[in-house]
Formats: sequence, structure tokens, C-alpha cells
Amino acid sequence: MAYFLQQLINGLTLGSIYGLIAIGYTMVYGIIGMINFAHGEIYMIGAFISIIAFLVLGLAGITYVPLALAIVLLITMLFTSIYGWAVERIAYRPLRGSFRLAPLISAIGMSIFLQNYVQIFQGARGKPMPPVVQGGFTVFESGGFAVRLSYLQLFIMLLTLALMIGFTTLIAVTPLGRAQRACEQDMRMAALLGVDVDRVISLTFVMGAALAAVAGLMVTLYYGVVDFFIGFLAGVKAFTAAVLGGVGSLPGAMLGGILIGLIEAFWSGYFSVEYKDVSVFVVLILVLVFCPTGLLGRPEVEKV
Amino acid sequence: MTAAAGLAVDSAAKPPAFWVPFLKDAVLAALVAVLLALPLVGLQTYDIGGGALGIRTHFDWVAIGGAAVFAGRLALRVLQQLYRTRPTGRARVLTSIAAWGNRQALPITLLGIGFAVALPFLPFSSRYLIDLGTTVLIYVMLGWGLNVVVGLAGLLDLGYVAFYAVGAYTFGLLARDLDFTFWEALPFSGLVAASFGVVLGFPVLRLRGDYLAIVTLGFGEIIRIVLLNWAPVTGGPNGIGGIPRPSFFGLHFARSAPEGVATFHQFFGLEFSPDHRVIFLYFVILAMALLTNAFTLRIRQLPIGRAWEALREDEVACRALGINPTTVKLSAFAIGAMFGGFAGCFFATRQGFISPESFTFIESATILAIVVLGGMGSQLGVVLAAVLLVSLPEFGRAFAEFRMLIFGAAMVGVMVWRPRGLIAHREPTLRLGSSR
Repeated sequence: MAYFLQQLINGLTLGSIYGLIAIGYTMVYGIIGMINFAHGEIYMIGAFISIIAFLVLGLAGITYVPLALAIVLLITMLFTSIYGWAVERIAYRPLRGSFRLAPLISAIGMSIFLQNYVQIFQGARGKPMPPVVQGGFTVFESGGFAVRLSYLQLFIMLLTLALMIGFTTLIAVTPLGRAQRACEQDMRMAALLGVDVDRVISLTFVMGAALAAVAGLMVTLYYGVVDFFIGFLAGVKAFTAAVLGGVGSLPGAMLGGILIGLIEAFWSGYFSVEYKDVSVFVVLILVLVFCPTGLLGRPEVEKV
Repeated sequence: MTAAAGLAVDSAAKPPAFWVPFLKDAVLAALVAVLLALPLVGLQTYDIGGGALGIRTHFDWVAIGGAAVFAGRLALRVLQQLYRTRPTGRARVLTSIAAWGNRQALPITLLGIGFAVALPFLPFSSRYLIDLGTTVLIYVMLGWGLNVVVGLAGLLDLGYVAFYAVGAYTFGLLARDLDFTFWEALPFSGLVAASFGVVLGFPVLRLRGDYLAIVTLGFGEIIRIVLLNWAPVTGGPNGIGGIPRPSFFGLHFARSAPEGVATFHQFFGLEFSPDHRVIFLYFVILAMALLTNAFTLRIRQLPIGRAWEALREDEVACRALGINPTTVKLSAFAIGAMFGGFAGCFFATRQGFISPESFTFIESATILAIVVLGGMGSQLGVVLAAVLLVSLPEFGRAFAEFRMLIFGAAMVGVMVWRPRGLIAHREPTLRLGSSR
């Protein structure tokens, strides 16, 4: 029981991170119908920027942890969003209306490019990060096994919750959110009614990148080491989460992320650590084959 | 400045202020570039020992990058302006090259094959060059195999390397446990890889194009992870070693053969040279690649090949015409996988050693890059792209380091600029009546 609870906590933490990345996939897919294959790389860049920001703050002498966290969070979101914006502007916007696989191939090229760009300029070695948020408390104890919830895990879950609430409000209430939902339903009609579609799509990428940046910061804190290759697996897993929750649905992405996190945590807790990545891929294939609309998605009608 | 002067004359009717948006645009682009480069290029982390990181600043690189983007963006806009005033576009030049290539397909092909056959005997050729040629040909064969799936059938396969791995491991296991030779194992490698293609393809080929891409990627990773962790059978990360080299009709390439077995140099009365095997391997892969090509070219003329191309262009129309998309896609998938398996078998015998490290996603991406850059569906384009991609790192360490960076950028560039590939001149193989 205690072991189960511990895996539950670990899975929820991991799932929060995947969910934040998955939102980027699901929003982009909802609005322009393409898989932003480079999104995992954006998350990786977020992780690198957060490490660099921590180092710079350390040199500047800011050591009060909450302040440092807040500043790093803002810096990381800001710079990573610029990457998200630039990727859309360079690699996807010229391809709107091209044949179906073109944006996907372009996205794969972008992903390879970004990976190697970071590898060349920051080195191929893993970047260690000393723990910033330390400590925790014991939730529950039985049979000599203590279930620990660290402050960091709590921080990750609470921050995810806060972002989700803020983000849902943004989409539901603000003019930008309304324009975005309009574009999602019918881009041409939205354009005719005076919505600046290009701007909305750009902002969608910016928002997705900002959330991925937060996920990058979280993973930096959580695992304490970052390398240029982390984006690939995390990207595939977050994409699986988006598909599982139903592509195009925001709550679906979060739900899918948490489910994937739980599956991964329980799989490595009860079966084998070596095959934990296989479990995610198997879930992806099963969902796509048997239930392609996901848990909360709408069925898609193919028009001629 | 000459470009500027020419421009001013060309568009004399316009107010002189038309420079301003160009400059503004370039300044904005440079600004964004500087912002992008600032954290990742300008501040470089490095180990200072003891698990800690230090920071080096490289703001000069950021400045250079910003200046380069400024100049590049300005040049691009000026060029765009120039081409708008003159009717001959850049795309037309490449299209006419591609069309010329299409008309002269036979001479070019013969010339290419002639060069490939003569390569080992040319005066400047060396063992190193032949080795490089062999590597290029492996990629050419993989590219042609993937071209069946991506170029002809229009199915984006991001896990092609899985079939390559299956072929290689089939031979590796057969050789280790059942003492198969290369030639005995070759058909099995293709067969097993094709069966894997069918097994994977059957459930997932109903999916739309981009979902299929992700699923194939997942499949490729599953195969690699299984190879890595199923140590009792696959040897895990240590791989399989001691894979036998191919023989020439039973003649071995060795200084001295075991009792009762002839060696190549004894049989032909030649001086022993280790180069014989290298040259032989080169010709084996050349023959295999050419067979792949011949097969693809022929099958394009058959109903199944035409169905592939039709399906790529319009799936709904195909269904309306009574083509079963699943069967047609499955055949393309299986045939592509089979060629991947053959290439894997050759890879295993050439290296003599295989491990999961050779079959990562980067390999899949490289093969895909070859197909995409060459022009999907273009056989000649695949050769050019493979030569470029494989030989680029040989020109020096700098190129090796930047190889994947350049190819990532090139994939984006080709998609943005010419989505059908650099020299693709994609005409349907079959056309009803005359087109005009």
C-alpha cells in the first residue's frame, strides 16, 4: 500500500510535467492540424535556459530560493517562447496549405536542427544541476516504508494546477482565447470575421512553448541533470499523452499526461525499469488503433 | 551596392522609401536572432569539476550571428524584389534541370552505373574510397527501399531503421546459432523484415498520415529497446560479434582457408590482398542496390505500383474506385521493409558486428533526409542525396560536427522552398491520353 502510494505520487509529478508539454501538442494540432514534432526540443531548450538562468543568478548573488525560482521561471518562459515563435515563423508558416506531410517533415528537420544546435553550443555531456528545493515530509508510514512527498513534488503539482487554471481561464474568457477557439473551428470563417489568424497561430505556439518551458524547468529541478537528447523521448511521451486524452482537447491533454505519468511510474515500480519506455509506446499504438479520438476528443470527419 | 543600384533603376516608379520596410524587416530578424542566441550561444555552460557548472560568455558569436541574419534577411528580401521584377524565377531553373534530368534519364543512369562499376579500378581509388563507396551504397539502397514507402505510397515511415535492424539481427542470430552463411541468410533477412512490416502495418495502416509517422517511430524505438534489453538472445548492448563474411561462390577471402575450403586468391591464382574482400563487398552492395532500383522501376509500371501512386495523391478517390487502401499500403510497407532487411543483412556481414547502437532514431532520420532531400519518388535524387550526406563528414571534422545541423536545416529549407524535393520532377508514371 505504501509502495503504491509512493508510486502514485511519483507518477502524478511526472504526469504533471508530461501534461504541460502535451498541451503544446494538442493546441497546435487543434488549430492547424499538424504534429509539432519539434515541441520536445522546445522543452529541452527550456530546460537548458533554466539551468543557464540559475547559473547566472547564482553569479549575480541571488540565493533566496523563492525569488530565484520566480525569476528563472519568467526568464525561461520568455526566451523559450521566442524559440516557439521563431520555429513557427521559419518552418511552418510558409508551408500552410502545402501537401499534408510537408509540415511534419519540416518539423522533423527543425527537431534535428535544434538538437544539434544545442549539442554544438552547449556540449554533448549531461549538465548537472545541484538541488535547489530540498526537503519534504512523510505523508504516511506503514511497515517501515515511509511515503515521502518532497516539497519539490508539491511545488511541481501546485504550479501545474495553477497554470492549468490560469490557462483554461485564458482560453475561456479572454478575447485571445475566443479568437483561438474560433480559428480552431473554422480558420477561414474566423479570418473573414476579422480575426488575425497568423497572429493567433503565432500566439498558440508561444503559449505552448511557454508551458513547455515550465516543464523544462521542472524536469531540471526534479532530475538534476539535463542533456540535449531529453526532448525526443519526452516529446513522444507527451504526444502520446495528447493522443490518449484526445487531440485538440486541453483537459484531455492534462488527463492524458497524468495517465502516462502514472502508467510509467507503476510500470517501472511493478514490472521492469528497462521496458518503461516500451509501455508508453504500446499505449500509443493501442490508443491510435482502437480509439483514435482519445478519451475526451471529438471524432474527426474526413472531408473530400 | 551594385544590387542596390540595379534595384533603384528597376523600380524607379516607386517612392524611394521602399527601402525602409526591407531595413526594418532585417533589423527585426536580427533582433530576434540575437534574442534566440543570447542564452544558448552567448552563455556557454562547461564543467568546472566536482559536478558543478561554470559559464563562459561568447557574446561575440551572438553579434556575428545577428549580423549574419541581418545581412541574409536583407539579401533575401532584395533577391525577392529582383525576382518579382524579372519573370525567370529561381524555381524555374531547378525545374528545368529536373526536367532535363528526366529526358536524359538513360544516359545519366548508364554513366552513373558505369562510374560505380569502374570505381574500384580507377587509378585514384583506394581502400578508403571503396569503403566510403560501400557506405554510400548502403544508404542508397536504404533510400531506395524507403522511397517505395514514402515516395511512391506516400506513407511517412519514421521507424524504417527497425527493419534494417531486424534484417541485421536475423542474420546475426542465424549465423551465431545455426551457422548460416551470408547468402543463405539473405532471403531470410528480407522475409523476416517483410513479416515485421506486415505485422506492424496491418493494425496501423488505417491511420492518417501523421499518426502513422508517430506510430512507426514508436515501433522503431520498441525494436531498439527490446534488442538492448533482451540480453540472452540479442546480446544486449554488447551486440553480436563474429558474423561471417560473405564468400564468392564458396571461395573465402582469407590468407589461408581451413582444410578443404578454397580461398579466392588461390583459386584465381592471384597474390593475396585484403582489398579483394573490400572490393567484393562493394560489388555485392552495388548489385543489391541496383536490383532494388530495377525492382522499384518495374513495379511502378504494374497495377500495384500505380495503385501506390494513386493512393498517395488521393486516398478518398482511390477508395471510390475500388482500391483497397489497406492492402495496397501493406504491400508497399512490406516491400520497403524487405529491402531494409536485405540492407541490414549486408550491413551485418560487412561490419562483422552489430549492436543496438547502430539502429537509433537518428539513423531513421538520416535515411528519411536522403529521400526527402533527393525528392520523394526520385531515384536519382536519392543517389545524389546519399553521396552528399555520407561523404560530407569525410571532408573534415568541422563538417562531421555540423552534419546533422546542416541536414536538419536543409530538410526545413527544402520543405519551405521546394516541398517536392530538390530535383523532383514528379509526373505520374501513367497518364490518360495527352496532357495538353
